[in-house]
Amino acid sequence: MISTDGLSRSFRTPDGGEFPAVRDIDLSVARGESVAVLGPNGAGKSTLMRMLSTLLPPTRGSARVAGFDVSSQSRFVREHIGYVGQGSGAGHHQRAVDELVTQGRIHGLSRAAARGRAAELLSLLQLEPLARRKTQAMSGGQRRRLDLALGLVNLPPLLFLDEPTTGLDPQSRGHLWDHVVRIRQKTGMTIVFTTHYLEEADHAADRVVVVDRGRIVADGPPELLKQRSAGHTVTLAVPDPVAARRLQALLATADRVRAATAHGTAVTAKVDDGRTALPALITAARDHGIDVVAAETRTPTLDDVFLELTGWSLREAGAFSTGEAGQSSGAQEDSA
Amino acid sequence: MTPDTAPRRRSVTGDVLIVMGRELRPVVSDPFSLVVGLVQPVFFLVLFGPLVATDAAPEPSPWAWFVPGILVMISLFGTASTGSNLQYELHSGSHERLLVTPLTRSSLFVGRALKEFVPLVAQAVVVVLAAVPFGFRPHVGGAVLGLLLLGVLGVGIGSLSYALAIAVREQDWVFWTVHQTVLFPLMILSGMLLPLDDGPRWMRVLAQFNPLTHVVEAERDLFAGHIATQDTALGLLAATATALLGLFLGIRALRAGTS
Repeated sequence: MISTDGLSRSFRTPDGGEFPAVRDIDLSVARGESVAVLGPNGAGKSTLMRMLSTLLPPTRGSARVAGFDVSSQSRFVREHIGYVGQGSGAGHHQRAVDELVTQGRIHGLSRAAARGRAAELLSLLQLEPLARRKTQAMSGGQRRRLDLALGLVNLPPLLFLDEPTTGLDPQSRGHLWDHVVRIRQKTGMTIVFTTHYLEEADHAADRVVVVDRGRIVADGPPELLKQRSAGHTVTLAVPDPVAARRLQALLATADRVRAATAHGTAVTAKVDDGRTALPALITAARDHGIDVVAAETRTPTLDDVFLELTGWSLREAGAFSTGEAGQSSGAQEDSA
Repeated sequence: MTPDTAPRRRSVTGDVLIVMGRELRPVVSDPFSLVVGLVQPVFFLVLFGPLVATDAAPEPSPWAWFVPGILVMISLFGTASTGSNLQYELHSGSHERLLVTPLTRSSLFVGRALKEFVPLVAQAVVVVLAAVPFGFRPHVGGAVLGLLLLGVLGVGIGSLSYALAIAVREQDWVFWTVHQTVLFPLMILSGMLLPLDDGPRWMRVLAQFNPLTHVVEAERDLFAGHIATQDTALGLLAATATALLGLFLGIRALRAGTS
């Protein structure tokens, strides 16, 4: 469904230099896959999405989407994709049903067929009571569901979602993803999305592509990435900070431990397999006269993977994020 | 990888009509916006009109001179600010969503620009009818042509406004600065509300380079029933040139930002 070869995009900086936002991306996405593109602010996720959806021409390399070249056959690409951008896609003076009908007409449906498709999507996304409401009078969650509906009007084999839940409350986020997962199960469409929320990638993606500084630094199923990159995390609580520092020094040299850090009265150790390591670490602590008052093994998260791969915690990166707009706001686009 | 389905043939005219229909829909569903746009010209008609409707007013009739000027004023002020709507859509993501549809790029612009024709002509009809009780007696055929000419000018000014909005999309304030800086000199130097015949020479010279001057003169001729005149021809030329220039600059700005 998607194949790229050395796909790159640079932006001019105000001082006349060049900022490589995306560098030599070779990516292949099979029909029916759900792929999450993760990365900190400015990593190049949105630039990649914008090139694949023909909004931005590559400065180097090539990409084929749904069988068409994004540079020379961009209009044909746009006929075969759905796109939900970071912003609100519906006109603020427009009514929800009118925007859906217009979108259907744009994709070549007759007026009657477009009205029928609009009614189906309004029902599917539980927007029927809001059909005649102007989008400016809708809540953020309602508008995002309408954006999703607009992206689905042409029943695209491939749907791009660029940070579709940014700015939504947790309930609205969950609601939107429930719809996306359900629609995907029903239609088998390919989905490529960016997000700052790791749980969304964990929940909705078959495959995670981690992008950092414009390059792909990891690519694989979430479980495999977590196993390969992060192992398990074991946390042991001790009575006081002095004991914690002693335990940290002890664990740092232990066979099963990759790394150990002390925070207050807790010591965190990275191990390959938490289930077998935990009893051994507790025994080692007691053998050295250190009482362990509580212990837990945590399954690795994508944030652990992310931290290991990029040196960034995605949660911290995302906490300050407002999307990648800032990446290009101060830079002038190169002519293709 | 082979294409999923064969690409469809598209008609640019069909795309333009879709975009124009989308832009007109809020106006049709909420005509109050048209009424708001009429407040300023009606005030000018009621408060300014009696001042020029004196014995010293230009021939042939004060209202035949004044009302066409008011109509051009609607065209100027009503359409020059429409770029701000596009600017909002550029920032909100609505325009981006349309860019990821198979619509031809030029239709996105032309459809928007042509939309200006409809509300402008509707407003002009209301102003003409409102002026009749004051003594305005338009020539029917000339008035129809005058309204069409006004629509062409509106498409031109609207296009220039959209082109400006696209060109300065990263700096909203530039749009309004240019808007305010350009509009009032254009209005005064067109003889729209006050005759320039007795003004200083430099003003009269500058006015000859202002396309609005020629459109205003053409409107006055047309509404008076003088259809085949030099002023009418110059007005048509000025309005058409403004429309073509606006469309050219707008489409170029849109393509430069997305291809």
